[in-house]
Amino acid sequence: MDNQINRDNTILISPVTRIEGHAKITIMLGQDGKVQDARFHVNEFRGFEKFCEGRLFTEMPSITPRICGICPGSHSLASVKACEMIMGIKPTYTGNLLRRLVHLGQMVSSHALSFFHLSSPDFILGWDSDPALRNVVGLAQHSPELALKGIRLRKFGQEISERITGKKIHIMGIVPGGMGFPLTEENRKALLAWIPEATETTMIGLELIKKYHTQNREMVNSFANFPTLYLGTVGPDGEAELYDGKLRFVDADGKILKDQIDPKNYLDYIAERPIEWSYLKYPYYKPYGFEKGFYRVGPLARLNVASRMKTAQAQKEFLSFKSMNGGKPVHGTFYFHYTRLIELLGSIEELELILKDPKVTSEDIQSQGKHNFNEGVGSSEAPRGTLFHHYNTDDSGKLTRVNLLIATGQNNPAMNRSVLEVARQYVQGKDVKEGALNRVEAAIRCYDPCLSCSTHAIGSMPMVIEVHDHTGDVVHVLKRG
Amino acid sequence: MPKIPVNIDGRALEVDVGRTILDVCRENEIEILTMCHFEGIGDVGACRLCLVEIEGINKLLPACTTKVAANQVIKTQTEKLKKYQKITTELLFAERNHICAVCIADGNCELQDLGYKVGMEHVRFPYLFPKCEVDTSHPWYVMDHNRCIMCVRCVRVCSEVEGAHNWGIMNRGFQVRVISDFNTPWGDSTTCTACSKCVNVCPTGALWSKAAVQGQLVKQPQMVSELVAKRKMNL
Repeated sequence: MDNQINRDNTILISPVTRIEGHAKITIMLGQDGKVQDARFHVNEFRGFEKFCEGRLFTEMPSITPRICGICPGSHSLASVKACEMIMGIKPTYTGNLLRRLVHLGQMVSSHALSFFHLSSPDFILGWDSDPALRNVVGLAQHSPELALKGIRLRKFGQEISERITGKKIHIMGIVPGGMGFPLTEENRKALLAWIPEATETTMIGLELIKKYHTQNREMVNSFANFPTLYLGTVGPDGEAELYDGKLRFVDADGKILKDQIDPKNYLDYIAERPIEWSYLKYPYYKPYGFEKGFYRVGPLARLNVASRMKTAQAQKEFLSFKSMNGGKPVHGTFYFHYTRLIELLGSIEELELILKDPKVTSEDIQSQGKHNFNEGVGSSEAPRGTLFHHYNTDDSGKLTRVNLLIATGQNNPAMNRSVLEVARQYVQGKDVKEGALNRVEAAIRCYDPCLSCSTHAIGSMPMVIEVHDHTGDVVHVLKRG
Repeated sequence: MPKIPVNIDGRALEVDVGRTILDVCRENEIEILTMCHFEGIGDVGACRLCLVEIEGINKLLPACTTKVAANQVIKTQTEKLKKYQKITTELLFAERNHICAVCIADGNCELQDLGYKVGMEHVRFPYLFPKCEVDTSHPWYVMDHNRCIMCVRCVRVCSEVEGAHNWGIMNRGFQVRVISDFNTPWGDSTTCTACSKCVNVCPTGALWSKAAVQGQLVKQPQMVSELVAKRKMNL
């Protein structure tokens, strides 16, 4: 697409670059020099939906994990569920257990990466510390023991995948009907041995974030704090569910708008609208319309939506989280970190329960079937939020249409709003300091979007911030990466 | 059977008349890379991986279709040959759309093994990225032209072993394609017996069973070689 100059004299560059993971933010100032609007642009374009057309539907559980190196398991699971709907089959009991293990393992590695590698340097080293050191390397110099624990927790998550599927990252073996590989007794024991250490590290993380909350109460509460709707997956009794369940929407006051929605009916409740300045579309809660229907997904949303956790220690933390706003949803974006750690704790507890299930090493891992229907929808809770895969096929099983509704996409309106809120707080006039840039970046990082984790682990997210004055002229540009 | 003397890689050998260089090398445990060759069906010299140097002949010749002659001095492991093998392998990858990471045959693919074998670290030639069809019309099998390397094992096994003549070839150069019957969907074929021999001998993920998913693809190419050997024994 060509660059163009709009009537208001702002320059719309579309796309700036196709390099994966580069973010661009535009901040628009009013006549008084105060921030009037802010936009978070996603310039990457990958076209998975298009180039998967024409493939056999059963290939999707092995193609779609390549969308992301952090949450390949969630894609594979959403994909395989869509395939099972097309085939009209269900996975075996042990197949389900193994899938849960893989999914929870991925949740552990992703959440550990998000908190210990990417976010904790901000809390521990300080927002205004040297950007060259405000990363996991700086953390290793400052708190070597904590950095090592964080790295080992991530390793545990990846080892689950490796010991079940043979691959640490891009999982193989999640197949229609169940799993391709059984869990050996030796691997079961090896994974169980990790549980005490993983629990201990998570508790350290929880203490760290709670201490930070106490010491920085005002900042934490005011950081991109705005009401939205929330979407998450819950079990039959409203318990937080990550692998399989039904959808629940709640409003900003915690009122359940719609409960136990079968994921296959997601299009009855979610609509998307394309916008000119980003490749990410704007999804919204259909009954409320585009203006009022924007919602959030991910750890904060899942805990705002859920009635309870499934495991004891996580439930204790959940109650503490719920008490923050008298049982109503907590809107502060900074609380994504806390909820992420509660989920991490719950995941480790659930892992232990599953690893102790006597049927987890059974070899009855896969049911069989063939192409029977021409449409399938699958969903799962990816670390970043609810994920949908929707496929249509012809009568031979060839894909004719693929729709992937990704968690980061659903958080797009909220990320924009968060950037605006933080910019209002930390950007005054055309002068933007590096620390302000980091806070704007941190607002995005709370959502742990795919593009940040793929690029900014070495210290800073490659980012361009443009400040436009009220006439639309670019008055300041901050670049890095 | 009369014997003739040949020299291969410095080894003096007495071999049967009428054998191919490839047969002789395999019998004497001299490694020759192949892709289109398949035990039990006729050779066509299509892949050019088995090229050897023969003293007195100023071009390289395919070991699979060249018969040994008395007093030949043959070299199979020269730097020149290794360089050509690598180039040939890279060209096989560059011609269509081989993405191992998402391929059904990942971990069970002769082309992938070949890449490792020749030490291919990257492809130095521009990929052609042709738009290729995936034929899913057969009730049990898939033909994905993206992953076809035109070894034509399928064409040969279908005509020589099954006798069905379902598979054929159309066009030339980059446009060359394996076709079912007169270029109609495989599922509409009136000649295919659904015997699966083509699927089993295909060295890549071009032909595969719909029941298979990545990590579970099992091909049994030896089934075809054994079948041919058993038929010969009955004769």
